[in-house]
Amino acid sequence: MKIQIQRETLIEYEVDLENTTLLNVLNEIKTSQDNSLTYSSGCRSSVCGSCSMRANGTEVLACSYKVQDGDIIEPLKNVPVIRDLVVDMDRALSFNAKAKAWLGSLASGVSVSADNVKMNELQSDCILCGSCYSACPVYAVNEDFLGPFSLTRVWKYMGDVREEDPKEKIDVIQNNGVWACTLCNECTVVCPQDISSKADIEKLRARSVMAGHSDPSFASGGFNDGFSFDGSPSF
Amino acid sequence: MNTNDVIVLGAGGAGLVAALHAKEQGANVKILTKEYATRSQTCMAQGGINAALGNAGEDSIESHIANTTKSAQGIADDDSIALLCESAPEAIAWLDSIGVCFSRNEDSKIAQRSLGGASAPRACYAKDYTGLKILHTLYDRCLAEGIEILNEKYLLEIHTNENHVKGVSVLNIRSGEIEDYASSSVIIATGGYSRVYNKHSTNSTASTGDGIACALRAGARASDMEFIQFHPTGLKNSSILISESARGAGGYLVNSQGERFIDELLPRDKVARAIDEQIKKGEDVFLDIRHLSEAFINEELPQERKLARLYENVDPVDSLVPVKPVAHYTMGGIDVGLDSMTQVQGLFAVGECANQKVHGANRLGGNSLLELIVFGKRAGENAASFLQKNANNANVPFVSSKENINHTGIEVDFYKVREELGDLFYTDVGIIREISVLEKSLLKVESYIKQIPLMGVSDTSKIYNTNKIDFLEFVNMLEVSRLILLGAIARNESRGAHFRSDKPDTDTTFQRHMVLDKNGVIT
Repeated sequence: MKIQIQRETLIEYEVDLENTTLLNVLNEIKTSQDNSLTYSSGCRSSVCGSCSMRANGTEVLACSYKVQDGDIIEPLKNVPVIRDLVVDMDRALSFNAKAKAWLGSLASGVSVSADNVKMNELQSDCILCGSCYSACPVYAVNEDFLGPFSLTRVWKYMGDVREEDPKEKIDVIQNNGVWACTLCNECTVVCPQDISSKADIEKLRARSVMAGHSDPSFASGGFNDGFSFDGSPSF
Repeated sequence: MNTNDVIVLGAGGAGLVAALHAKEQGANVKILTKEYATRSQTCMAQGGINAALGNAGEDSIESHIANTTKSAQGIADDDSIALLCESAPEAIAWLDSIGVCFSRNEDSKIAQRSLGGASAPRACYAKDYTGLKILHTLYDRCLAEGIEILNEKYLLEIHTNENHVKGVSVLNIRSGEIEDYASSSVIIATGGYSRVYNKHSTNSTASTGDGIACALRAGARASDMEFIQFHPTGLKNSSILISESARGAGGYLVNSQGERFIDELLPRDKVARAIDEQIKKGEDVFLDIRHLSEAFINEELPQERKLARLYENVDPVDSLVPVKPVAHYTMGGIDVGLDSMTQVQGLFAVGECANQKVHGANRLGGNSLLELIVFGKRAGENAASFLQKNANNANVPFVSSKENINHTGIEVDFYKVREELGDLFYTDVGIIREISVLEKSLLKVESYIKQIPLMGVSDTSKIYNTNKIDFLEFVNMLEVSRLILLGAIARNESRGAHFRSDKPDTDTTFQRHMVLDKNGVIT
């Protein structure tokens, strides 16, 4: 089969493999045709998040995508390409810290029920592959948008009964956070772990309103409705 | 260069735990990783983490100690095992306090399940994503504590002066530049060496033993390198892991005739040998969990179902899953004391790269995640306290590493040799070993080592040269292969995961550790 890979230019490779993963094809090209082909990989089993890239414009994990003849393989979008299919994830990952995606203080003696676990079970399956940032049209035009995986991570902790002070988290996700999202659902479509950041953002919006915040797009008349643009509530 | 930091090499579970606890002691900490912090081998741990909590049936720390000791087959350290098992409940409580999403039972307690070799359901778990959820929570905690994590730095050399660690040189993979970090306190947490077996391993492609090879070059020692655990249930075609929790929940192993042939919950070495025997008789071997019900599989083993469908094209809900034993965990590693320090002052090692002597000849499922929480804490604390006492020693200058890699005139393709080495190890240094075959294998590995100057890197790029990283990893794997063989040849007996068909019995004269330095076996 023949596939094309976006390097400095689009380059075509032919391999004698069928019904296999894109990662197996990349490994075959690298070890027997072109040692300079550059991509990342790790676990080969869809759990480390290293080999996210795009096939025919859609985000995939190379280790789980069954490659087809004629596919065009490109790096993720919206993140700097270092070389070939390898991108620099540092900036996207930095939003986890900016969004304070952690338990505010160490929990002790909090009882967690099986039902409580369901609240953030799916969100804690995230592998930080970055597919959602690549697919996000908001992050594409607003490089300060906290973005899908970091907001899902905030929900993971907000939705945890062990989180004693969710208020602090709510405050940091107002500006360039939950209200910046257009709810287009692209992040959900591409997530290899079936997580919906869009749904998590909607839940965070509801919590935000309960905490006294509101959608700043309704505040554009210039009056003070309890929200200021640095993200801090003014009541 | 910063002379006031504890340097942690590796950002898997062990590295992150060590960093958190060094920081808690007041030390500045820098983590250097060749990948990103959440991409390490730890994310692949599925089954669970052991602690005698008794949430799912009666259990005790004494039973945990007894099971671990029995499985270790006489060559673990009693003090290490006691520390491991006694600290386990506290380790789980700490993970709970930082937000790990453990599965829970009806009484809102952390759910526990059975794994092989355990007398009680002792493994705390988070579905079958236990390692993933622990690793990511540790990462979040590191961010909360403001710990600096430097991604994509490949370890080249650990520097010493008069047997004290002085710092490290790393290759910045992105820029291609060599960077030096001075420190009198360094923690190696770089993972195991199962990738010596290449495609016959469950492991990430990053498990290449870099830290072990570098530590030995710096004067540290390795021990028990010959003990390599084969996981009974790798997927037949891809070697991808199907967790032991599938058997813990009642899954069967059957041959082509549909017959069961072994107690599925014996320790891994015994189950792996039984499967190997069937395969050598011409049988195919399958994992059968069809009787566990779709609802149960979706709830407790969702990843196993996903992996079997994706990589073996079978749905375990209604089909048998073809399996074979593959290299999974390396019990040996950098020799450390109870304080996790190596032979080199200020150089610590923790996690799978270290031999903390808790697993001995055969690790129990659920004990390796536990090891990295318990000993990660100690290594971090000890490294922080060592730094405080030796802060001024960090200023001794060291000579940075120089690269010396061929880009032209390459006569031997190391990728081909890497594949040959993996096949050689799987057939000849694997589940069943024999002295003359081991000796032949050593000659082969030595001939590969002699060929290193004929190998090289055809990619000349300075920027993100993975051809170069692959080569540097391969050279480390060759070093490690030699150590495995020296240990396996010297250990003239069978014990745990090391089974010698020419010496099938355990021999008390070998109830000791095979300790090696860079020149070979020393004790």
